[in-house]
Amino acid sequence: MSVSVFLRHDFADFSLDVNFGVDAPGITALFGKSGAGKSTIVQAIAGLLRPREGRIEISGQIVLDSAANVFVAPGLRRAGYVFQDARLFPHMSVENNLLFGWRRAAQKASQNEIDHVIDLLDLRALLARRPAKLSGGERGRVALGRALLCSPRLLLLDEPLAALDAARKAEIMPYLERLRDEEKIPMLYVSHALDEVTRLADNLVIVDKGRVTAQGTVFDLMGDIAFARGAGLQAYGAILPARVSAHQDDGLTRLEFSGGALFLARLDCAPGTALRVRIRAEDVMLAREEPMAISANNVLRANIQAVEQIDATHSDVQLVCGTDRLVARITRASLTRLELAPQMDIFAIVKSVTVDPQTGAGLS
Amino acid sequence: MSFALSPPELEALLLSLRVSLVAVGCALPLAVLTAIAIAHHDFPGKSLVDGFLHLPLVLPPVVVGYILLMIFGTRAPVGAWLLDNFGVQFVFNWTGAALAAGIITFPFQVRAIRLTLEAMDTGLSEAAQTLGAGRIDRLINIVLPLALPGIVAGAITAFAASLGEFGAIITFVSSIPGETRTLPLAIYSALQTPGGEVEAARLSALAVALALIGVSLAELAERRVRALVGR
Repeated sequence: MSVSVFLRHDFADFSLDVNFGVDAPGITALFGKSGAGKSTIVQAIAGLLRPREGRIEISGQIVLDSAANVFVAPGLRRAGYVFQDARLFPHMSVENNLLFGWRRAAQKASQNEIDHVIDLLDLRALLARRPAKLSGGERGRVALGRALLCSPRLLLLDEPLAALDAARKAEIMPYLERLRDEEKIPMLYVSHALDEVTRLADNLVIVDKGRVTAQGTVFDLMGDIAFARGAGLQAYGAILPARVSAHQDDGLTRLEFSGGALFLARLDCAPGTALRVRIRAEDVMLAREEPMAISANNVLRANIQAVEQIDATHSDVQLVCGTDRLVARITRASLTRLELAPQMDIFAIVKSVTVDPQTGAGLS
Repeated sequence: MSFALSPPELEALLLSLRVSLVAVGCALPLAVLTAIAIAHHDFPGKSLVDGFLHLPLVLPPVVVGYILLMIFGTRAPVGAWLLDNFGVQFVFNWTGAALAAGIITFPFQVRAIRLTLEAMDTGLSEAAQTLGAGRIDRLINIVLPLALPGIVAGAITAFAASLGEFGAIITFVSSIPGETRTLPLAIYSALQTPGGEVEAARLSALAVALALIGVSLAELAERRVRALVGR
């Protein structure tokens, strides 16, 4: 399952010129500011917009090739589209909305699969209702279900959370995580919200002013000081994949990651659970020698990869810990005093670790 | 004086209803297609067509009747051809009254439907497109159901206006009792008859009652339809 996209298109105030591919299942986020061209890209993939020039391939099928004059109609591309404003049909019940694409699909999902999607998104109680009688979060779930039931090869999510308030976002987020973890379908997720992206996405494609400026896993990019500076991220930090290994008698939960162990205040999830932990650059201190008699629970061995000055007083230090990246933001004074330089082995003292709310946490 | 309708009064009432019903019923599909063409498509000469559609609204109805006579009169080109080949004659016939009323009220229908179409969220059609619905499919299952309030409103307005049409009908098909003498024509001819004032008053009262019933039914229908399409 793969998607490759090459597009050139002109608008009144900017031009789009992108070339990227998505090979992995899971969620790939198209991340960038509003007006960067992200929505245009997914619209072109869906066939709602015909670019001046382009070539798009969805799992082996060429759905657009301007050079060969190939343009497959949107309904035949098998790309499920979830719009920001849900776009449910107001004159149909939730059930008929859900089955709209299913009825028109060449390869129909079985009754079992329909039931599965309805249960996955908790839609059973809503089936007889009209969209006007749904909350914003419920509408979003129905829109997701409707796109899933037309048996898509690819799911395009065009800022599905942007129009929702924080409470509604929190309501839908677990369902998106469920889709990511339980369905094998690749998803292209358009967003300008970093918190959504770092929580949901496996891969990032960064779009800026109509160009792809960076691409990589969420862990690699978020832990990359050059990327963070280029993207103008404030208060950023590394994101690490970790796994719960044990709940200790002293009340701490032990997490394992490639660079060792992290200890957190007790987490409410079973050993073996995969998590994403976030370590803000400001929360990492550096020491040249192993600190003894220190209250911090997390001291990691790391290696300095690069140092970059970010303003008059601060520098970011790029670290590698195991196979994962970490970032520390320290003062330039400390940098000079410790004589820090690339390739140096160092101890990173992590003052605080946050864990994203996890799939399953809010769901029964 | 009796409140029951006399046979000529009943005849005028039923004829008015029949003429309006046929006028609106025949014009409606055409009005829907015209509204879709204007609201959703660009074609050369669109503004010209648009202006032409509004002609019946701005022309004196008598002129419309006269033009119809010039086209569909028994010795006029189209009228003679229709009569010779199909035995169809509009002049002096109630179908001619329906034709006149249909043409006069056509702009009301197109306008109401067009406004609904233009106000419609094209995003819904786009969503249907991504879900595999083709052009005709979208028209039948998305666009028309959502335009239903406008279609109903247009049809009701046109029906009411048809009931009151006078100038075009009397010019085109004259005022023949039981054939083309609808309520307004009957009122007029009662007034022309010495001692017909009472009859004119009775018929006018009937027209007022009809209008009131029509307006309330329209209100009811529109509310039902809006609930039906979830708006």
